[in-house]
Amino acid sequence: MRIGVVTFPGSLDDRDAARAVRRAGAEAVALWHADHDLAGVDAVVIPGGFSYGDYLRAGAIASLAPIMREIVAAVAQGLPVLGICNGFQILCEAGLLPGALVRNSGLHFVCRDQRLRVESASTAWTADLAAGQELLIPVKNAEGRYVADAATLERLSGEGRVVFRYLEQNPNGAMADIAGISSADGRVVGLMPHPEHAIDPLTGPSTDGLALFTSVLRATASVA
Amino acid sequence: MPKPEILDPQGQAVAGALARLGIAGVGDVRQGKHFELDVDDSVDDDTLHRIAGDLLANPVIEDWVVTRVTREGAAR
Repeated sequence: MRIGVVTFPGSLDDRDAARAVRRAGAEAVALWHADHDLAGVDAVVIPGGFSYGDYLRAGAIASLAPIMREIVAAVAQGLPVLGICNGFQILCEAGLLPGALVRNSGLHFVCRDQRLRVESASTAWTADLAAGQELLIPVKNAEGRYVADAATLERLSGEGRVVFRYLEQNPNGAMADIAGISSADGRVVGLMPHPEHAIDPLTGPSTDGLALFTSVLRATASVA
Repeated sequence: MPKPEILDPQGQAVAGALARLGIAGVGDVRQGKHFELDVDDSVDDDTLHRIAGDLLANPVIEDWVVTRVTREGAAR
């Protein structure tokens, strides 16, 4: 199983994402923002960071990079994609997920270990989790407040596409405590917290994040 | 500009700072962006709106207006 990890200028967490992919038992394939092909990978992780320095809007410039054109086309064919933090922002800017991520309501960069509730285990990236399960995963961002119009929020909730919600304290004022959402077919998932930083007790608050990376192994196996 | 229904904490922070400066009478502050594009006359307003909607603004959260001005001394 080969999982691509995209690096843009300004990506920070590509190494940790690749490590999480390997820890889950897959091969991590480095993809470069200027690449015009996906090297035949079975899934893609778009990691966190500050692609293009967050110029214009977080994720706006990256959403137009050559590799994103390939990813948008492959998503139409069912490619599983996970966007983490800046990756989530990029997926929204690219129109692969609805809504947008804007400045935290408290204006501060927030960095802490965050409790989450899994709302949907029926996505390509959460099959190894259970709905209602609670996770402890780091969150670290300044533009993490999920917003969408009322009709979109209703559709996301009604279709079971809210994948993660913040528990206890909402770190950024996200509407409906939304921490992560999925595409209609459940193969594209974006979330603000960082599961790749919670795969090893030595370096994270838990190993709860590893399940996202093991989940997709089953999803790609079922396609192949 | 952020759409009216989008909470704008940066604008609120500016409004708070104005109050600390002792300036009264400013109800609400919204913070947005301003772009200046130097374009040929061949670039029509439809194209400018497309530039705004496809790149400069995110239509999910932002509204925009396009204003065309003639640069002084511009070659015609």
